[in-house]
Amino acid sequence: MVGSVNYVETFVELIRRASTELPADVTSAIEKGRKREQGGSLAQKAFDTILENVGLARDHSAPICQDTGTPVVWIHHPRGVSTRQLKQAFEDAVRQATGRQCLRPNAVDTITGKNTGNGAGRGIPYVHFEEWEADHLEVRMILKGGGSENCGTQYKLPEGRLKAGRDLDGVRRVVLDAVVQAQGKGCAPGVLGVCVGGDRVSGFAESKRQLLRPLDEINPDPQLAELEARVLEEGNGLGIGPMGFGGETTLLGVKIGVLDRLPACYFVTVSYMCWADRRAGVCISEGGEVTWLS
Amino acid sequence: MAELKLPVGKEPIRELTVGDYLELSGLMITGRDAAHKWLVEGFRKEVAPFLDGTVIYHCGPVVRRNDDGSHDFVAAGPTTSIREEPYQAEVIGRYGLRGCIGKGGMGPKTLAGLGEHGAVYLHAIGGAAQVLARCVKRVDRVFMLEEFGVPEALWVIDVERFPVMVTMDSHGGSLHDEVEKQSKRRLAELIGV
Repeated sequence: MVGSVNYVETFVELIRRASTELPADVTSAIEKGRKREQGGSLAQKAFDTILENVGLARDHSAPICQDTGTPVVWIHHPRGVSTRQLKQAFEDAVRQATGRQCLRPNAVDTITGKNTGNGAGRGIPYVHFEEWEADHLEVRMILKGGGSENCGTQYKLPEGRLKAGRDLDGVRRVVLDAVVQAQGKGCAPGVLGVCVGGDRVSGFAESKRQLLRPLDEINPDPQLAELEARVLEEGNGLGIGPMGFGGETTLLGVKIGVLDRLPACYFVTVSYMCWADRRAGVCISEGGEVTWLS
Repeated sequence: MAELKLPVGKEPIRELTVGDYLELSGLMITGRDAAHKWLVEGFRKEVAPFLDGTVIYHCGPVVRRNDDGSHDFVAAGPTTSIREEPYQAEVIGRYGLRGCIGKGGMGPKTLAGLGEHGAVYLHAIGGAAQVLARCVKRVDRVFMLEEFGVPEALWVIDVERFPVMVTMDSHGGSLHDEVEKQSKRRLAELIGV
């Protein structure tokens, strides 16, 4: 409890939704991808299994993927709310969700190799806080699996190998290279969260925050919207396909954000999200009323 | 679509080629990062009989422990295999494995090992944790649970009609090599390098 609101219970349900119910826009992008593949191909078989799996997970309230990932969380809160208590509530929720098999125990002591057994650990879950003017709390989260996380990467421009200069064409070049480097290893077809600019830390944070955007949302910046569409099309033209089996659908979406940079630095950071693009959100009013976000 | 019973000898494995679609039934074992390192650091004689003639599944499952002490697989898709590249060929050779199941494919060292030992790389659909967990009929036993934790332990499981694709065979064939080469060529065309 924080004040009069039972946050833990709501956060457990938020995690359950993220782990077991794929957002509608993601399912729709997967269905579109399936239609593009040749009948009877390995790529189409992969999509059939993926869609069957999405249905089973939802119907049985069971994890879509056994790698339930790292919960990465963004909380907007009104003035006066204790972020320390909220963080504790989220950690409690992770432990409870792990006990109910909505999450896998996914926190391992890096030095000893011992699993904490309850899903929470040093730096896990990762919660970002920001105060806002509104009276309600907004919590948005992604579950990011380790296989896709290993495909994340950061370029510093200029990059001679790819003839990538410090402009949007340079960004396009390195992002396409990241897709080739990932092949099927991050569970293609993937979603790319990209940050242009920032530093080595803020770049990764922003690239992950981009993954909160629905796949069908168009970037309000027309230049970035154009780049997102182009990388999506060219990325699909690489022929990597679902699971890296070869095929027409390598990417489900590309989302690009921008941060300012130091004169000396020009980072392009790519976070790769697997097809199981798990995200969920909730609004909690001052009085504790809960509204689920899509 | 062929059904393959486990354990299996080298001969049927030698007959498999890239693109074959199979359904596996019988006993297999899970093992990933910690397990592979541990398996090459010594000869683990207690586990060896459960590796001989079967396949190792790169999987860190979600597991429910029942009141009677038994376990059930709740979610069980493949993990990315390339991390086992330094160990896989040696693990296959030392323990008589007929292959491994994972996702994303593996590299030249493993491919050479498949040829040398008569083994295959089998690809399961990544993220299909519910479809695949339903093929696990029974958890037979588990090794190193306390030391490695649930995802990294070696779970011996009895599976029925577990669907996989041969993407690397014992004759040097690799779908992953082909797709990678093609995608690199297309990238070079797109960006003119």
